[in-house]
Amino acid sequence: MGSGQREQFDNPVIEWVDSRLPVFTLMQREYGVFPTPRNFNYFWNFGAIAMVMLILMIVTGIVLAMHYTADVEKSFSAVERIMREVNGGWLIRYMHMNGASFFFIAVYIHIFRGMYYGSYKKPRELLWILGVVIFLLMMATAFIGYVLPWGQMSLWGATVITNLFSAIPLVGDSIVTLLWGGFSVDNPTLTRFFALHYLLPFVIFAVVFLHVWALHVTGSNNPLGIDTKGPQDTLPFHPYYTMKDTFGILVFLIFFAIAVFYFPNALGHPDNYIPADPLVTPAHIVPEWYFLPFYAILRAITFDISIPFTEITIISAKLGGVIAMFGSIGLWFILPWLDSHPIRSARFRPLYRTFLLILLADFVFLGYVGSQSADATLFGIPLSLLGLIATAYYFIYFIAILPWLSRNEKGRDLPNSIHEAVLEKENKKMSPEAAE
Amino acid sequence: MIKRLIPVLAVLPLLLIMVVPQAEAAGDQKTAPHQHWHFSGPFGTYDRDALQRGYLVYRQVCSACHSMKRVAFRNLSDMGYNEAQIKAIASEYNVADGPDEEGEMFDRPARPSDYFPSPFPNKNAAKAANGGAYPPDLSLITKARHHGADYIYALLTGYEEPPEDKKLLAGQYYNPYMAGHVIAMAPPLSDGMVAYSDESPMTTEQYAKDVSEFLAWAAEPEMERRKQLGIQVLLFLAAFAAIMYGIKKKIWSDVH
Ligand code: HEC
Ligand code: HEM
Repeated sequence: MGSGQREQFDNPVIEWVDSRLPVFTLMQREYGVFPTPRNFNYFWNFGAIAMVMLILMIVTGIVLAMHYTADVEKSFSAVERIMREVNGGWLIRYMHMNGASFFFIAVYIHIFRGMYYGSYKKPRELLWILGVVIFLLMMATAFIGYVLPWGQMSLWGATVITNLFSAIPLVGDSIVTLLWGGFSVDNPTLTRFFALHYLLPFVIFAVVFLHVWALHVTGSNNPLGIDTKGPQDTLPFHPYYTMKDTFGILVFLIFFAIAVFYFPNALGHPDNYIPADPLVTPAHIVPEWYFLPFYAILRAITFDISIPFTEITIISAKLGGVIAMFGSIGLWFILPWLDSHPIRSARFRPLYRTFLLILLADFVFLGYVGSQSADATLFGIPLSLLGLIATAYYFIYFIAILPWLSRNEKGRDLPNSIHEAVLEKENKKMSPEAAE
Repeated sequence: MIKRLIPVLAVLPLLLIMVVPQAEAAGDQKTAPHQHWHFSGPFGTYDRDALQRGYLVYRQVCSACHSMKRVAFRNLSDMGYNEAQIKAIASEYNVADGPDEEGEMFDRPARPSDYFPSPFPNKNAAKAANGGAYPPDLSLITKARHHGADYIYALLTGYEEPPEDKKLLAGQYYNPYMAGHVIAMAPPLSDGMVAYSDESPMTTEQYAKDVSEFLAWAAEPEMERRKQLGIQVLLFLAAFAAIMYGIKKKIWSDVH
């Protein structure tokens, strides 16, 4: 960084600073003239949107932390005081609460974009893996944050999820004791969660930095999934994409504002407005909506795996569920190698596209299963069975379908260049006969 | 463009089944029917008269068992009471204060800055006085239940004779809106029990409606400001987005 040719700046102050610390050169290179494929669609806005949400979470979070107290006797009331007595406190808190949800919405779309257009493939494997790390850190941060207001779902959600670790052989119980700082989710848990909740977003920020760095080494993928071949395929990032991103961010913020100002609690659970009570278990313990698909995978494994014809259990149902849940995201780490097909974009891989869209529907359906009680039914079929089938598809997709397609899908012919493909599309739009 | 939207549209119905039944998942209770509230909708505000009547119902009936410890007398200004009225209302209550200079605790009349005093000194006392059932604090009750004010109204007006096969213990009542259909609160309202000074009917339904509106206010006192600010923020964002769309189009016009 910073070595090599510097840009020249007319403004003497900027020039003075830049010749000593070339931050302006860096900005100019990476965000000014940075060559960016000219054919992005709006799916490419969500990285910038996620960045805005991360900053929004950090800013609102720090203000909340100024008024918050981590103490089982006081936390619930501290949050209520923020809502009722701190100037603008309700706004800060509702932005933080709904901000977490919208951050996940943006990141889920961002991840799906990557899958659809094959952005995880060579040479962007490490970029993708850093993204998965960010997603895991986000999940940890959000889970821990949900504990802080110390409502009924905070306490019981934390109890259910932290208990999962006890399924890990040998070290499980020690891990749980370490997480709890005692023998149940209690004050030591709350205080250490607050400390970690303050820390993790900054870790996320650091990994985002690496993620963007890696992006700027390889350059962006694009909807055609073919490499850029020269200046005719690209545009300078500024003003083309700075303006397009700003527009996209504003549209996203409109949806966010509708939630914050008109449906601030629609994505939350009413039980979290009941102060935590270790003696009263809620009828239904459900995590936040963005965890539901993984929660469904966790609960889908209801059987022990034993050595056939013996009584010896190798993997208990509980451990199986935990493995499946973590494995479902773990698979994303090796996705670039599970799918080794040379074509990136799903546009030119009709079979891949179909299976991927089924996976999307499957994932949403898993979310639905996760939101329901374990004994619920749909059209008379037990949901636990449907959840197991959906879980099976999820794993089969990654472990079997992708490797199989990599070898056997022929795919469509790729355009020669981005430039050519864009021109062709323009011509079709211009002359109506061609579009027939 | 349209073709590209199809997969997105295909997922929407799934999203819907995800959101809708989730709201109902809380148990086997009957779903509270939707009422018309003055505060519904993006421009809805609280009806000041209903709030004052609802507060009267709370004071004369519910406050015998339920605390509302997150609401202070000064907050009553939201409902249209002036400072003198709030002082007068507060001074009807005694609160514990201290220690004074001699180190003694003492009782004094409440001030506007005090929070509503609770009927019981602690949770166990509240339980002991109510046959073992805890009357929850009502400050947040509309946010702490699915369907909010609709639920409170339905609960207060929804008591029924239990079906033949349902055995109730002493102190239990049948209410299909309650989770498990059994509630340890006797029907708290009856026609004519609170004297209104305006023309509003003195019926159970009217009391229930008014107290539900009051509880909605207690849970979300910021709602009016929130919705107002929301309009301004949305107008700003929409205008800004429109301008950016124009700028983006103009800049891109030499590319397309
Ligand atoms: C005689 C004491 C008493 C009075 C008066 C009373 N309640 Fe209750 N209330 C209770 C008890 C006890 C419970 C707990 C019931 C249970 O858990 O089964 C309760 C529960 C409730 C609940 C919670 C139901 C749920 O979903 O868990 C609400 C809401 C409620 N009361 C509202 C009111 C309102 C509004 C009034 C005034 C109109 C009122 N109560 C008057 C004793 C009372
Ligand atoms: C990656 C970014 C972040 C995510 C995903 C996140 C997520 C969450 C969530 C889901 C909650 C619970 C919301 C509720 O129901 O009230 C929460 C609460 C909280 N967060 Fe964060 N957060 C982030 C960043 C931060 C930062 C940087 C801070 C401060 C340093 C912070 C401070 C707090 C505090 C004090 C609370 C408790 C108050 C409350 O519940 O409203 N958060 N967070």
